[in-house]
Amino acid sequence: MDEILELKNVSKTFRLSAKQRKIEHTDSKLRVAVSDLSFGVEKGEIFGLLGPNGAGKTTTLRMISTLIRPDSGDIIVGGSSAVSSPWDVRSKIGFLTSELKLEDFFTPNYIYDFFSSLHNVDEKVRDERKQFLFEKFGIDRFAEVRIANLSTGMKQKLSIAVSLVHDPEIIIFDEPTNGLDVITSRTVTDFLLELKSRGKTIVVSTHIFSLVEKLCDRVGILIDGVLVACGSIESVSDGMSLEDRFFDMYRKVMDKRQ
Amino acid sequence: MKSNVITIIRKELRRFFFDPRLVISTLILPGLLIYLVYSFMGTGFTASFSTPDTYVYKVDTVNVPESIHGYFDGIYFVDQNEVDGYNAGKERLDAGESDALIVFPEGFDETVAKRDPEDIPNIDIYYNSSRVPSAEAYTNLVRILDSYEKSISNVFDINNTEKQYDLSTQKEVTSKVFSMILPMLIMVFLFSGCMSIAPESIAGEKERGTIATLLVTPVSRSEIAIGKILSVSFIALLSGISSAAGTILSLPKLVGLSGQVDASGYGIGDYVFMLLVILSTIMVIVSVMSIISAFARTVKEANTAVLPLMILSMLVSVTTMFGSSVPNDAVWYLIPLYNSVQCMSAVFGMSYSLVNVITTVSLNVSLSIVLLIVLAKMFNSERIMFSR
Repeated sequence: MDEILELKNVSKTFRLSAKQRKIEHTDSKLRVAVSDLSFGVEKGEIFGLLGPNGAGKTTTLRMISTLIRPDSGDIIVGGSSAVSSPWDVRSKIGFLTSELKLEDFFTPNYIYDFFSSLHNVDEKVRDERKQFLFEKFGIDRFAEVRIANLSTGMKQKLSIAVSLVHDPEIIIFDEPTNGLDVITSRTVTDFLLELKSRGKTIVVSTHIFSLVEKLCDRVGILIDGVLVACGSIESVSDGMSLEDRFFDMYRKVMDKRQ
Repeated sequence: MKSNVITIIRKELRRFFFDPRLVISTLILPGLLIYLVYSFMGTGFTASFSTPDTYVYKVDTVNVPESIHGYFDGIYFVDQNEVDGYNAGKERLDAGESDALIVFPEGFDETVAKRDPEDIPNIDIYYNSSRVPSAEAYTNLVRILDSYEKSISNVFDINNTEKQYDLSTQKEVTSKVFSMILPMLIMVFLFSGCMSIAPESIAGEKERGTIATLLVTPVSRSEIAIGKILSVSFIALLSGISSAAGTILSLPKLVGLSGQVDASGYGIGDYVFMLLVILSTIMVIVSVMSIISAFARTVKEANTAVLPLMILSMLVSVTTMFGSSVPNDAVWYLIPLYNSVQCMSAVFGMSYSLVNVITTVSLNVSLSIVLLIVLAKMFNSERIMFSR
């Protein structure tokens, strides 16, 4: 096993503000987002993190991408710790989430070059890579159009291109097809498979079962911040459809909670 | 590190300079509007509170004595007209047909000639202060009659020759006016300039979710903080220069000293020290605003949170307008913002001490560095950067 990404007993708890407590109808000042999470991702595979809203998927990906720090445990990305060497980790990963936006004022061309500069990509390499990605996603026709004037799908494709400016080994996509039309969604999933064929490691979070079945080599099911299953789709499904198996596990967790 | 900071500065400047609305509203409009509004106000005040130089005051008199009749004849701006008693004169004054009414007691010349301290005649001058010509006529008549009084019992004169007795130079008048007014105005302009861009640069990026995209790149938080503070400071400086230029050009008209106020009396050294003080002040203001903006979730929230700081700074700024002298003790120059205001006042007043300027600039730069470190730490805080 050649694990390129490893989570070791990672936990994260958030402090709830008075406003959040009111919205969530709770008296508790703390909310456990992720509890004692451990799993590994092998080099060159697509790993899916499956779970309902609020399960802790985004928190997990944000910890891997060093946007937030775990309260305990460690995350090793390509040999570097996300806790003690976040800069090393940032140069090894490409991270995409709906939370990350591109400045509307600029053009795709400028914003791509800007992030390439921050990743210290050589100009010649930058131009070749940009041409490839822009052509791949059909951004080249809109390269000088302000991002504000692009469609949602085109913005998402540009975000993917920008997350890959430095040709990272590990690509982390949070809900990559959320809010996209079927054609753009297909373009994105096909591109993820292409990246895999080029030896890249990909972690995606989603709540769409068909996407996991189509894309992922292995899957981790996260419910209420706890990893309830992890392995190949066949082993996790245990003879059932992935969707049925998920709801079976979900019911058990909810019953236990009550 | 250097190249990342430059990349961020270039992005921030491009964001500003490629947006015509921002350039017009932050750089061009402030200077232009200040010049037009102040000039208009100055010209308007002058026109409203004075009459043209060629105006002749219509003065009615009752019982005008022979001696003064002749005295008035020699004054070109007074048109004297004898009326038939106080009531007739008052009617004409009320109707606006005259500007003033002077009622002399009967036998004025004879009473004056007696020079009896127990029997001093009183002259009544009636006027209407709500009308500019009438108010001016009153002032001039008092002056004329005072001068007449002196002429009939003249023992000695004071400053009654063509010599120039006021020895103040144009440079001194300029420095006095500028040192009282400009520090306060400059602080207002600097704050306005910073307020229009600093909250947008940090709280705006937080609000739009673009700061997180920056935070997942291998760029250190301090590089992001330095890049943002330097670029915002540069834009705020340009905005301040635009506003200051508009003020300096229109100030003589505003304070009614056209021809007497001229900024060309300042040397290169004065401008260099002024620039250093202003630049270091901008860095302090931008740093504080950036920290406040980092706490805020939206630009609107940041602007509201910054207001108390602006009010405090305005209060500090008006200290130069009270006419008190600039403190010499270096300890005063360790108080942020107050030090800048006093330094600006001293430089404009051409009475600055090098030690105080250096103390001010050093303190401001050191404070900015400390605030920059705080801002960089805030960029690391998930509670602050991802608060909802």
